[in-house]
Amino acid sequence: MLLWIVVIIVILVLGWLWMAYNGLIKSRNRTDEALSDINVQMKRRFDLIPNIVEAVKGYAAHEKTVLEDVTKARTAAMGVSQNDLNGLAKADNQLSATLKSLFAVAENYPDLKANQNFLQLQQELVDTEDKIQASRRFYNANVRDFNTEQQVFPTNLFAKALGFSAKTFFEVDNEAAIAEPVAVKF
Amino acid sequence: MYTAITQNKVKTVVLMIGFVVFIVAFGWILSLAFNRPGLLVFLSVFAIVYAIFSYYSGARMALALSGAQPIVKADAPELYRVVENLSITAGLPTPDIYIIDDPAPNAFATGRDPNHAHVAVTRGLLAMMNETELEGVIAHEMSHVGNYDIRLMAVVLALVTVVSLISHWFLRMSFFGDSDSGGDNNGALMIVGLIAAVVAPLVAMMLQLAVSRKREFLADATGALLTRYPEGLASALEKIATYTKPMEHASTATAHLFISSPLGNRGIGGAIASLFSTHPPIDERVARLHKMEQAV
Repeated sequence: MLLWIVVIIVILVLGWLWMAYNGLIKSRNRTDEALSDINVQMKRRFDLIPNIVEAVKGYAAHEKTVLEDVTKARTAAMGVSQNDLNGLAKADNQLSATLKSLFAVAENYPDLKANQNFLQLQQELVDTEDKIQASRRFYNANVRDFNTEQQVFPTNLFAKALGFSAKTFFEVDNEAAIAEPVAVKF
Repeated sequence: MYTAITQNKVKTVVLMIGFVVFIVAFGWILSLAFNRPGLLVFLSVFAIVYAIFSYYSGARMALALSGAQPIVKADAPELYRVVENLSITAGLPTPDIYIIDDPAPNAFATGRDPNHAHVAVTRGLLAMMNETELEGVIAHEMSHVGNYDIRLMAVVLALVTVVSLISHWFLRMSFFGDSDSGGDNNGALMIVGLIAAVVAPLVAMMLQLAVSRKREFLADATGALLTRYPEGLASALEKIATYTKPMEHASTATAHLFISSPLGNRGIGGAIASLFSTHPPIDERVARLHKMEQAV
């Protein structure tokens, strides 16, 4: 009798372990997929940047520093490893900032502002930026769910032993820098 | 978020099983009342086939009934972007987007799963809302998609239609049917059947309404979570509330799909109105969103 009770308890515990383990795997894969979504959008932005730099060059060739900054920031961001979240976030913010100053420069060139090609590129870049933000949010939501799943009792007792660890949020590391208006130098 | 999805999927299955039991029981009573055992088989087969059919074509019917036209990105780029971006945030494929040529502000989502989802908004909504409000509304609709509300509602709609169709039949048959089949010995059963025929569609409708009202609160909450800005949806709902005229293509069949009732019957007060309305009162929804605002 006692033996049976023990057997049943063991089966229940094993069954539960099995489900919890699969659940964690599922969440982890979801998070990884979400991260790749961010990369897809970033890639789209990298592809757009040379075009916009070319478009601006035609009208404002002597705004060299701004153009160079954008190109440099793009190269730097492309070089960051996909798994280095902190580096990615930083590079991404850098790129956003240089793009903002590029658009600010464009304000001084009425012909450029009226150029259809430029306008379309600008719109697409802004849209891509929104999409990066959106995919970042999705990623963070998944990280939150994944981390919660690991940290609740009693999963937390064995999550580490099974090789799961908390993922970090894709955060904008310096909120103050974003709120600050972009300095435009001429 | 994923738990809400599982709950909804389970609910859908439970609902479908309950429906099959209901139809079989109903068919059984009818077959006894008319003394025709074949009726039970026929009704069951018919109900299942019809339910499957309406499950797959329900979305198209709802879109056609409301006069929604599909658009491409160039037709309404802002709307398109908002939908695209919120789909990304929610981790869903971008749904098909439709516009309804109607001055009343409203929107709805339909389909059977996120891969076959459709979101429709009226021209009035596009004209009246600013960007954050539009985001709030679209986030609400995307929540319906993501939570599998659209599937639940599609199933509910299919079931309600079948139940009302069958009871319609029964009533017709009992009044105009041939007299030799029944006979007086089934009088008591006939009465039971009649009562069932009258009550069934009412019960089905109440179920539809109850399900739909609960979904609205949940979609408001999930939508607020998506945008992290409950105020957007709150102020959109307030704007929608100020517009009291009904939609041009308003229909009771699709009313439960919309973000706010398209029928414009905001005059009726009291418990009866709330029992038969597809949506919770807007003030209550706004109040709940304001409460969330403090929590975020």
